[in-house]
Amino acid sequence: MRNYSNVIAAYSIMLILIILVGIFQSWSIALTIMNYCLISAVMTIGANIQWGYAGLINFGIMGYTALGGLAVVLVSVDPVKKAWQVGGLNILACILIIVAMVITVRYLLNHFKKSKIRNYSIALIVIGGILVLNVTATPGIEAIEAIDPAKTGFLGGLGMPVLFSWIVGGLFAAGLAFVIGKIALGLRADYLAIATLLIAEIVVSIIKHEEWLARGVKNVIGLKRPAPYEIDLQTSDWFINLVEKFHSKKLSLISSATEKQEALNQMVIEASSVYVKLCFTGLFLTVVVILLIVTQKALYSPWGRKMRAIRDNEEAASAMGKNIVKEHLLIFVLGSAVVGLAGAMMVTNDGLFTPGSYRPMRYTFVIWVMVIVGGTGNNFGAILGGFVVWFLWVEAAPIALFLINLFTSHMPETHALRVHLIESASYFRFLVIGIGLLMIMRYRPKGIIPEKIIKQ
Amino acid sequence: MMDILNALTVLINFTVIPALTYGSQLALGAIFVTLIYAVLRFANFATGDMMSFGTMFAVLLTYYFQTIGINFGFLPTALLTIPFAIIAMIIYMLLIDKFVFSYYRIKKSPPVQFAMVSVGVMFVTQAIIRIIIGPSDRRFIDGEKFILKANEFKEITGLNEGITLKSSQAITVILTLIIVSIMFWFLNKTKTGKSMRAYSDNEDLALLSGIDPKKVVMITWIIAGILATIGGVLYGLDKSYRPFVYFNNMLPIFAAAIVGGIGNPFGAFLGGYVIAFAEIFLTYAYKRFMSYLLPESLEPDSLLQLLSTDYKFAISFSILVIVLLVRPSGIFKGKTL
Repeated sequence: MRNYSNVIAAYSIMLILIILVGIFQSWSIALTIMNYCLISAVMTIGANIQWGYAGLINFGIMGYTALGGLAVVLVSVDPVKKAWQVGGLNILACILIIVAMVITVRYLLNHFKKSKIRNYSIALIVIGGILVLNVTATPGIEAIEAIDPAKTGFLGGLGMPVLFSWIVGGLFAAGLAFVIGKIALGLRADYLAIATLLIAEIVVSIIKHEEWLARGVKNVIGLKRPAPYEIDLQTSDWFINLVEKFHSKKLSLISSATEKQEALNQMVIEASSVYVKLCFTGLFLTVVVILLIVTQKALYSPWGRKMRAIRDNEEAASAMGKNIVKEHLLIFVLGSAVVGLAGAMMVTNDGLFTPGSYRPMRYTFVIWVMVIVGGTGNNFGAILGGFVVWFLWVEAAPIALFLINLFTSHMPETHALRVHLIESASYFRFLVIGIGLLMIMRYRPKGIIPEKIIKQ
Repeated sequence: MMDILNALTVLINFTVIPALTYGSQLALGAIFVTLIYAVLRFANFATGDMMSFGTMFAVLLTYYFQTIGINFGFLPTALLTIPFAIIAMIIYMLLIDKFVFSYYRIKKSPPVQFAMVSVGVMFVTQAIIRIIIGPSDRRFIDGEKFILKANEFKEITGLNEGITLKSSQAITVILTLIIVSIMFWFLNKTKTGKSMRAYSDNEDLALLSGIDPKKVVMITWIIAGILATIGGVLYGLDKSYRPFVYFNNMLPIFAAAIVGGIGNPFGAFLGGYVIAFAEIFLTYAYKRFMSYLLPESLEPDSLLQLLSTDYKFAISFSILVIVLLVRPSGIFKGKTL
């Protein structure tokens, strides 16, 4: 038990902080922060599998997150039948052409010796394929995008339940990771970082600009939810009764009936948003707990030991007969799948898919800071990092605003410096995160909760 | 004959001139990345924001100079402010090095740790920039905007198509060539430059032959500061200054450095142009160009664009991926100065 005392202490402090937000700001904000903390925790578990277990540096987290989000759209949105009628065939033909291209290139690579002719023919197939794709796709895409562009203008999804899309999101990300891993895993660490960063950027730019797929920068709104809607709650009797019971003391203080009704209405509206968020919290918490148990089991299994051996000394592990390339690929795919799952969770939580909002700052570097600050190689640490850093990221602005007001209180309201500082309060989050990262890297390089290796 | 000349004019005006300008800006950034990589041995993720930091000073000083009435004739005032901006930039870089990077250098940390530390520097730099100047878009070019206008060109040559040459474009290309040639002269001919190359080649051997590592590191940051500031100011003059865009520019700059062979300044220089030309040539709509070359009956209906301009960035990254696959050390062998 003593071993876990620092873990328990750290998590309790975190919980108290969130409760404090609930008391001082509002419970709705506190739950929003909590939900995002949980989503971040899933992302950090994924990144930690790659970086902490195997020492693979993956700066492409943004790409997997975006793919996970795309999965929600492609699975849960109802299909746009008209779009399928006018352009579905073209798109299906394109997919067939791509598959054929990949198969021929693979065939050439496997069955012919390395030569100039082989390289040229591969280049020819790729260029020819792209031209054919262009010709086939353009009329279809134009037709699809012309159908009610303000509302649809895309193929839509499969109309399946949204929870199913979380799994699909993981699979999408795993597929992408498999391709990237095949291409880039042989590279040295810093090359791998740059390559994955840029590939993620390519993925996001494709999602942004292929409007027939998921409306691109026009965004998809009103996605399905695994939780009830606020409007439905506000009109259902059981919920109103529940709120009434919960606040009976407060309500009994109000004497006039109309005022009582008004107060109750206000409470119901507030409670409905809290209730919906609590539903999400429950769902996310389940995911985090399941992932934590699985990853924790994996870490202390023979497989986990093998991974650590590969991370700490590749050559020795290779000499012991471990297939490093295969293991690296496996762990790259697994970690990315978890990140994809997180991406799907996030889009479900928001209820909208906005490809324009995927930026490396927020979805790659902040997640990395979380892993490093929390503790690489330790799942409890990674999750805690997700909580701490997300909390700072959100609360840095209000705290900075409070401090600025405190320190400039002697200045007049219109003083240029004061106005300027108050306007730029939201940028202090970068400063806090940056300095936090530098401090942790310098004075506690293993993170808040360092990796623990159980010797058997 | 006239048709061919017209077609060429179109091509030069819409692809070659912009590509040369953009390539020069990338080249300066790529040499900055490569220098840090060769001497200090890490991929600097704060590249874009460091360039932005230097440019910020130039922008602020330009505004100040304008209010007190100093200008540079027909040239942009920003050119006058570059020396001051460089000094501020170098001071900032040396401070960062002293308080952040030197600790890990002495500890001989792995490059990955350096890269993570540079991510921290990136966050801090970004915060400082946004707190000082804010995230908005700023144009700070003044003086004569055009050297050659399309109408003038048409009058002189009698062609249907014109060439427009903005002064920012000419300044970018000329200044880049001057700076890069001075830098190569410095690296290849002077004693300090040679000691830098020796240090980058083999650290232990360089230390044995009496090269002072502190001095090498300092000179590297000074050169890096000059390159970063000038690259940033030139980009800002040509387009506009916006912190977020500078952060994003880090990506094609990395692509240029790796395509040219990371650690090799000459490779980085050419890599910048390779990336810029590829981006612009692949996203240019060739309709107008072809309309001069083909007989009227064959005139194309479509834009004849290989890829939409939305994929500009994606092209440079795809080139990078191909280079990494086919020739990981870059077009020119990398990893030495």
